[in-house]
Amino acid sequence: MNSKGGFTIQRMLFGAVLLAILLVTPHLLSFHHKDLLIFLTINVLAVCSYRLVTLTGEWSLIHAVMMGVGAYTVALSVNHFELAIWFTLPLAGVAAGLVAALLCFPLLRMTQFYFLIGSFAAGEAIRLTWVEFVGVFGGTSGLRGVEAPIVWGIDFLDPIPYYYFSLCVVTICLIILYRIEHSRVGLTLHAIHWKAPLAESVGVDAWRYRALAFILGSFFAGIAGGLKVQYLGSVTPNQFTIGFMVFILIWVIVGGYNKFYGPIIGVVVLTIFDESIRSFEIMRPAIYGGMLILSILFLPLGLESIPAKLKFWFGSGTSPDEPPLSDQ
Amino acid sequence: MELFLQSIANGLVQGGFFALFAVGLVLIFGVMGVVNFAHGELVMVGAFTIWVLHAQAGLAYIPAIAVAIVLVTVIGLLMERLLFRPTRSDPLAGLICSIGVLFILQVIAALVGGDGPSKQVPPPYQGTLVMFDALRIPYQRVFSLAISVAALVSLWFFLTQTKFGWALRAVAMDREAAELQGINTNRTSMVAIGVGTALAGLAGGLIAPLTNINPHMGHNVIVTAFIVTIVGGVGSLSGAVLAAILYALFHTLITVYFGGTIATISGLVLMVAVLIVKPTGLMGVSISE
Repeated sequence: MNSKGGFTIQRMLFGAVLLAILLVTPHLLSFHHKDLLIFLTINVLAVCSYRLVTLTGEWSLIHAVMMGVGAYTVALSVNHFELAIWFTLPLAGVAAGLVAALLCFPLLRMTQFYFLIGSFAAGEAIRLTWVEFVGVFGGTSGLRGVEAPIVWGIDFLDPIPYYYFSLCVVTICLIILYRIEHSRVGLTLHAIHWKAPLAESVGVDAWRYRALAFILGSFFAGIAGGLKVQYLGSVTPNQFTIGFMVFILIWVIVGGYNKFYGPIIGVVVLTIFDESIRSFEIMRPAIYGGMLILSILFLPLGLESIPAKLKFWFGSGTSPDEPPLSDQ
Repeated sequence: MELFLQSIANGLVQGGFFALFAVGLVLIFGVMGVVNFAHGELVMVGAFTIWVLHAQAGLAYIPAIAVAIVLVTVIGLLMERLLFRPTRSDPLAGLICSIGVLFILQVIAALVGGDGPSKQVPPPYQGTLVMFDALRIPYQRVFSLAISVAALVSLWFFLTQTKFGWALRAVAMDREAAELQGINTNRTSMVAIGVGTALAGLAGGLIAPLTNINPHMGHNVIVTAFIVTIVGGVGSLSGAVLAAILYALFHTLITVYFGGTIATISGLVLMVAVLIVKPTGLMGVSISE
């Protein structure tokens, strides 16, 4: 982990090019692809916040439902109280964070396989409450007619302003997530993952830190869910099934979860890939599944590790197949 | 009261199915340490095979079940050999690979069955068993209950009375120690996944005439299997069977009186409660690290 950055010429150049690409892209795309670009931006936040949860080495299956908690919070607060987007988005995060805080008590008593299944069960139970309580949550057809926000006279029903808006929100969230990971808290999370007994022996309360990661990750998932519903205008329980959760998992793993930018690479590459095989229609999930298996078997550290691998093959650099912080 | 008794009877039949696929999942997890997320899809493949061979091609029901079992077992053995064995050092990798298989099997089923509504298989055994003038159980259900019980008894016999069964349980308890005793753990894994997936194929074959068959039917199966596995205690086969029967009764009764969604929600809440109060489940023993 290279946290000592510094602004070199290369970095500034890279940043400028990236910014230019991000700003220009929506103007070059068709309407359908603009939609996709907005969802991609939101999904970047989903995978990065998920990575924060996994830093402690625990993989949850509730992250998609946490996005749903955010989405339903926004839908309900817009429909009933007509709150502005400046209030609804933080509210979505807080709601998801609160639900996560409550779930910490049962779920974080478990680890590994138990945590995986327990989080799946808790998530599915929450999702089914949305299905069951039609009066509040609208049942299977969900909540509709969430009006698109109008800010400073700009109508966010139009994809381009909304894209810029969500890009800003997601960037701010990513900076915060990056700062968290490279702070003392983030380092402690890494320590709990790789050397839990040692970390505890020097006085780290592992439970508290795992809870913190879970709550913060869910907070940002809630914001991502909120962003989604503000654009779509509707929310249904089917948007947050285990199917979507599996996609988050795939993006993170195929991209590589050892580096901050790994999941971002994963979600961007796979979204483009998914779009390029659009014509295969019914075959798409199978192609996706095959890719997933191949990348697990042949690229266990994800797409992110390709440059290191190339370096290794051509003679310089260290073996890329070791996790960065494991005890070797 | 009649409704209550009828629900109990239906619940028992359902418990037989639940036990068949949950036991397979437990066996695979116990011996190989892999959560097979595609287990529900294996049941779906079994059911689809019955639809293709029995309902479409006209093969008799029993041979169709045999083909379903063989087909699903072959898929399972391929999964072990090609996916789970190379990724044994990382349990998460095995799980992700099985998710990949899940997608592939769903697509194959959709290609075979085509789009459109869920498929139905007409029950091969007509007629209804009437007991005490009030209790009515279709013969089809009687048949599946009998086969489920027979399969579970044979599994129990295999695991407790044969040398290979002992070896299998030894690997589940402690892989390294079993290896030191000269047990071939790779072969044991093949047997475990073979037996586990064969049971899934059988469950699919038995469930086919009683349900709507579609490529996504595996979802409910895996949710149920997780609940049953956790409530019974991960790694405990007898716990899984007991939990399957209890959960099936619980689910059937709540469905009858409060509706299906409430039943599943309560099942999931029950599971989380079990995880909190007794993480080792009904019959599980705590595993020291």
